[in-house]
Amino acid sequence: MTARIGVVTFPGTLDDQDAARAVALGGAEVVRLWHGDHDLKDVDAIILPGGFSYGDYLRCGAISAHAPLMANIVDAANGGMPVLGICNGFQILCESGLLPGALTRNESLHFICRDQVLKIENADTAWTNDFDNGDHIEVPLKNGEGRFIADSKTLEQLEADNQVVFRYVDVNPNGSLNDIAGISNARGNVVGLMPHPEHAVELLTGPTTDGLGLIRSVLASLTARSVA
Amino acid sequence: MNSTRDTISEQPVTPAEQTSEMSVARVVVDVMLKPEILDPQGRAVQGALGRLDLQGVIDVRQGKQFVIDLEGDLDEATVAKLHDIAEHLLSNPVIEDYVLHIEPAGTATTGAQQ
Repeated sequence: MTARIGVVTFPGTLDDQDAARAVALGGAEVVRLWHGDHDLKDVDAIILPGGFSYGDYLRCGAISAHAPLMANIVDAANGGMPVLGICNGFQILCESGLLPGALTRNESLHFICRDQVLKIENADTAWTNDFDNGDHIEVPLKNGEGRFIADSKTLEQLEADNQVVFRYVDVNPNGSLNDIAGISNARGNVVGLMPHPEHAVELLTGPTTDGLGLIRSVLASLTARSVA
Repeated sequence: MNSTRDTISEQPVTPAEQTSEMSVARVVVDVMLKPEILDPQGRAVQGALGRLDLQGVIDVRQGKQFVIDLEGDLDEATVAKLHDIAEHLLSNPVIEDYVLHIEPAGTATTGAQQ
């Protein structure tokens, strides 16, 4: 049976269409989810896409983290459902407490838009098992508040427990601590990253098709879950 | 949101509103980045202060202030809820600290006009 992957739209989400396209190209069924509902529509996995929900008012992702659907997503994530947050979606996951740390203003104060090389640091998560540790992928990066920070104890724990999933290669674009581009929760089902794998799914519009690897990964992890 | 807009609007106040007896409690929440968190906006402002010939500036930090007007007197439960909201919505405890002040009912003034 085709896996159902939910793509959530908040007011001000921009990249839900691209995320949905990536899901479809990856061979899964796209299910559109609305932030104001309390209905996950029987999805098997969830993507929180990028954008500027609520215009980044208050703090990026802060208001969306309290959206009605987020209560369902937190419950589902705590139950093991794969959840991926991209850019603003990553910010929402941090604000909701599903992932540790926070994303703050880029050190340079500039909005950055470039193709970025990332190193896969943990190929054991629900969203990266199609890769090998040490693989390099290249995907677009575009953010103004992408500087990952956490207190030193949290940072040490993230490193020790292999929860750093993606690391910037060659250049640290925003001043993120330890060059961190993306992390996971302890269980590895919730992953967030600032760069945009959903924009790297077709050579017509992206630098590579590396982003499809995340969709292949989650499909493989869902198959493994249903067998287990 | 609306109450803040009303407070800072410069439209003339009607006599009916002037004589309104509804007591109002004002809650002010100041949110600042924790001292150890880099504040690139504050740093940019600090650079501008130097260009404006202000000498001896050691540091500039930029924060936010929320002014919340509520009907009536505040009971303990409401104050507890306000603290919860200040900690979990208005600020992010990972990166920010907050300070909450309560002005007694009936003394609310137009804090935005200084």
